[in-house]
Amino acid sequence: MFRRKRKLDDFTSEIEAHIQLEIERLREQGLSEEEARATARRSFGNLMQAEERFYESRRWLWWDHRWQDIRYALRMLRKSPGFTAIAVLTLALGIGATTAIFSVVDATLLHPLPYPQPEQLVSVEDDLPGVGAHDVGMSEPEWQDLQRSGIFEYVSPTWFDENNLTGSSQPERVRLLIVAPNYFALLGVKPQLGRAFNPGDHSPGLTLEVLISDGLWKQSFGGDPHILDRSLRLDTDLYRIVGVMPQGFDAPGRTTEERNIEVWIATSFYGPPMSDHPLRSGRNLPTAVARLKPGLTIAQAQSRLDALVAALQKEFPEDYPKPSAWTVRLLPLKERVVGNIRQSLILLLGAVGLVLLIGCVNVANLLLARASARAREMAVRQALGAARQRLMSQLLTESVLLSLLGGIAGLAILFCIKGFLLRLLPDSLPRLNEISINSPVLLFAFGASVITGAIFGLVPALHAGRFDLTPALKEAVRGSTGSGKQARTRRLLVITEFALSLVLMIAAGLLLRSFWDLLHVPLGFNPQKVMTVRTRLPYPNDPSTDIYRTAAQEAPFFRELLRRGRTLPGVEEAALGDTASIPLDESLRDLKLISEGQFLFTLEGRDVQSGEPAVAERSSVTPQYFHLLKIPLLRGRLFDESDNDKAPQVAVVNEAFARTYWPNQNPIGKRFRKARADSPWTTVVGLIANARTESLAEAGVPKIYLDLYQTGGKRLAIFLRGNLDAAAIPGEVREQVQSVDPTLPVSGAQTLNETVSASLSERRFSMEIVALFALTALLLAGLGIYGVISYIVSERTHEIGIRIALGAGRRGILQMVLRQGLGLAIAGAAVGLVGAAVVSRLMAGLLYGVRPADPLTFAGVALLLIGVALLACYIPARRAMRVDPLVALRYE
Amino acid sequence: MSTQENRERLGLLQGTLDLLILRTLIFGSQHGQGIARAIQETSDKELLVEHGALYPALQRLEERGWISAKWGVSSNNRKARFYSLTPAGRKQLVKETNKWKRLAGAIARILGPDVAER
Repeated sequence: MFRRKRKLDDFTSEIEAHIQLEIERLREQGLSEEEARATARRSFGNLMQAEERFYESRRWLWWDHRWQDIRYALRMLRKSPGFTAIAVLTLALGIGATTAIFSVVDATLLHPLPYPQPEQLVSVEDDLPGVGAHDVGMSEPEWQDLQRSGIFEYVSPTWFDENNLTGSSQPERVRLLIVAPNYFALLGVKPQLGRAFNPGDHSPGLTLEVLISDGLWKQSFGGDPHILDRSLRLDTDLYRIVGVMPQGFDAPGRTTEERNIEVWIATSFYGPPMSDHPLRSGRNLPTAVARLKPGLTIAQAQSRLDALVAALQKEFPEDYPKPSAWTVRLLPLKERVVGNIRQSLILLLGAVGLVLLIGCVNVANLLLARASARAREMAVRQALGAARQRLMSQLLTESVLLSLLGGIAGLAILFCIKGFLLRLLPDSLPRLNEISINSPVLLFAFGASVITGAIFGLVPALHAGRFDLTPALKEAVRGSTGSGKQARTRRLLVITEFALSLVLMIAAGLLLRSFWDLLHVPLGFNPQKVMTVRTRLPYPNDPSTDIYRTAAQEAPFFRELLRRGRTLPGVEEAALGDTASIPLDESLRDLKLISEGQFLFTLEGRDVQSGEPAVAERSSVTPQYFHLLKIPLLRGRLFDESDNDKAPQVAVVNEAFARTYWPNQNPIGKRFRKARADSPWTTVVGLIANARTESLAEAGVPKIYLDLYQTGGKRLAIFLRGNLDAAAIPGEVREQVQSVDPTLPVSGAQTLNETVSASLSERRFSMEIVALFALTALLLAGLGIYGVISYIVSERTHEIGIRIALGAGRRGILQMVLRQGLGLAIAGAAVGLVGAAVVSRLMAGLLYGVRPADPLTFAGVALLLIGVALLACYIPARRAMRVDPLVALRYE
Repeated sequence: MSTQENRERLGLLQGTLDLLILRTLIFGSQHGQGIARAIQETSDKELLVEHGALYPALQRLEERGWISAKWGVSSNNRKARFYSLTPAGRKQLVKETNKWKRLAGAIARILGPDVAER
């Protein structure tokens, strides 16, 4: 279309030449100059037409028309600034919001992970579906099997841990990832300073070399350029810094903690401080990532892996009892990072899309109203010979231009409040720092603008296309506006708008109810007046240097800490536990920490081979824990002084545990042990009530509590209850902890209420956003019906005047108008209910406590919407009621 | 745009002008006026070519690459745009000629001899 090989001038001179040649020929035949010229021109035909046809053939016309349309549209938009402002603003909000949400979706779900050949990266997850255990981790021999399988370029187990970084003014807690030496080669990432680990290294034990993150380098070492080869003291062991990872390098992890690693240590997962000969059944490597061999798809790799798993099961039947049905699953690594939030993000995108659509309908309504005002203009232009196609394309140009302006305004707003919006996002959202307004996002905004423009422009344009000339001209003369057909379209638009709004509002209503239910669910424990502060005991590689080697060695520290805790101002009760005992703590959830969280065990009296390693949550606490959190004891006893490291191990279990594993039996006196032949039996001494300590959404998760004095613990939570000064407590606790042992870091002070509330942050975020969108939708729908009813009233002023003159009651008029609005609202609501039934089923996974087809929500929201419709209709209805028959009739 | 003298001439059927232009150019390059003349004369003045219609057709053929054009000087020393057949145009001419002959033959068979007798 842009080819312009030949200019019009060239063409004109060719024709000039033609006519000259013809004249000369005719002169030769004896015609006079005059006659020859006239005949030549005549036989050429219409000169203008030839030029025009040439012009059209060059397809310039198309652009010419578009250019004309654009200039005309701009003129029209400038002429009615009020309309333009409202339409552009509506669209700006719609397109801006949609683009904002899309930019998040683009960065998190659509973009590949920021590593080379990201499609080859997988997360390796071991499942035991037979006992309902997922992602249970692998053992060192299994890792070696995978390395040798020929399926993978590299496989690296990863092991999240915390460590105490000492040596600077304050001991710090650092997030650590223990990886195989091939980890960075696997990801394909190079440090910004120094070197990565040697991927071929298979020496026993830890390498004693570490890489540190850019953040740690800058904060703790002031960005020292001579950092390499300096030493770092972690848990009293000395390591050498060999490299600094680049800024913005996030480890591919499921949780925020796992993504913000500060120190990487390499090991081959055997040799001190680990076992020299790790057992095949000891699943102590919690997570693993791998890079597939080039050219292998995940599906191909999976089928080869399945064969390998089957072979291993045959080779080691004792390690892989049939009923547990061991499988190894490969997942795209991206899935591990963003899998959790996919559904929420898609919900948000759907919600914002609906808002945009509702905005479109509103603007279409405005355009139609304007079109009826412009009916005469259209009729005249058509009467003067404008082609319908041209009129339609003109109207479409106007609407696309309008939405492009809206899109530009939306992007401008987005640019201005970008920083503010980013702060609204929950910190737990993965890949936060990758969100940007980049070219795909801009392209999306442009596409959204053009498509919206086409959608809302189509309705008035089609109307213009079906325009009936004569009545329009006549009506225009009579001073009345609009046609019946148009009024019908406008009603249809309002019904659509109501239906869409209802869908969105019901989605928001269901989320709101879920959230409300979760907020008001009986917790089973009392978080009021409770604070938790964390500390951590070191875990040196050389056990002989460990002053906290055994539970007996730790016990004096625990006792002293409790004693000092109770002396702090306001403290009434104090207890200790490991971090897994902090109720609803999200920060470390999903992180399988060493010796904490989920574990596999065997019940006494059941055959190990019967597939019975069972799974439960587990934490270690001191006896005061239950009373402090007000979790009642139902049977038996809590821990006491006699339960020490010399006495047989005891446990307290919750009702859910007892009901799951010993249904209809007294659990007291029953025994279980860790799913390993050499571990000692643990006797259940107490039964406590269920509490929602693991998940707000689940009433009873089987849970085992062990005695901290028997198990010991490294990651500790100090629980304090009383009238506490939340601002002073962290400092006071730090002082007390460090006066016992100055090398211990103190971190993470939080009231338990904050912890509970933080566990809802993602739900809260999506609920708030969807609710905001739903309110916008409600407002737009209200405006829409207001517009249509006002229009109908103004159209019927004359008729209403006659009615009143003939004695109709004012109340009757009011009712008549309201009834009309009500009809539209009910029709819209009916359609919307059907849509909502479909949508709510799709979002069942995001709900809690309400059924997707919750009748209360459906009915309530529909009534609310109808109420708003009546309110919106009331204003024009009152105007109708006050029509002065004299004025109305004089209109004629 | 018929004048008195060519009232009885035949108008051109849709699409045939392209074929005639290509055929005319088989004898060598020619300018627009020359093409129009040649068509009229070789058809024994039976065919009416509106000169104005010639140019969009030339334009079209040039765009399709069947003819090429360049400015030159005519026999009587006038500047004119000369058109000549390209190899693709030659192929097209053969194809179109065959098609046209089959079409004409078929129509003649359907119309039959009796129409001519009337």
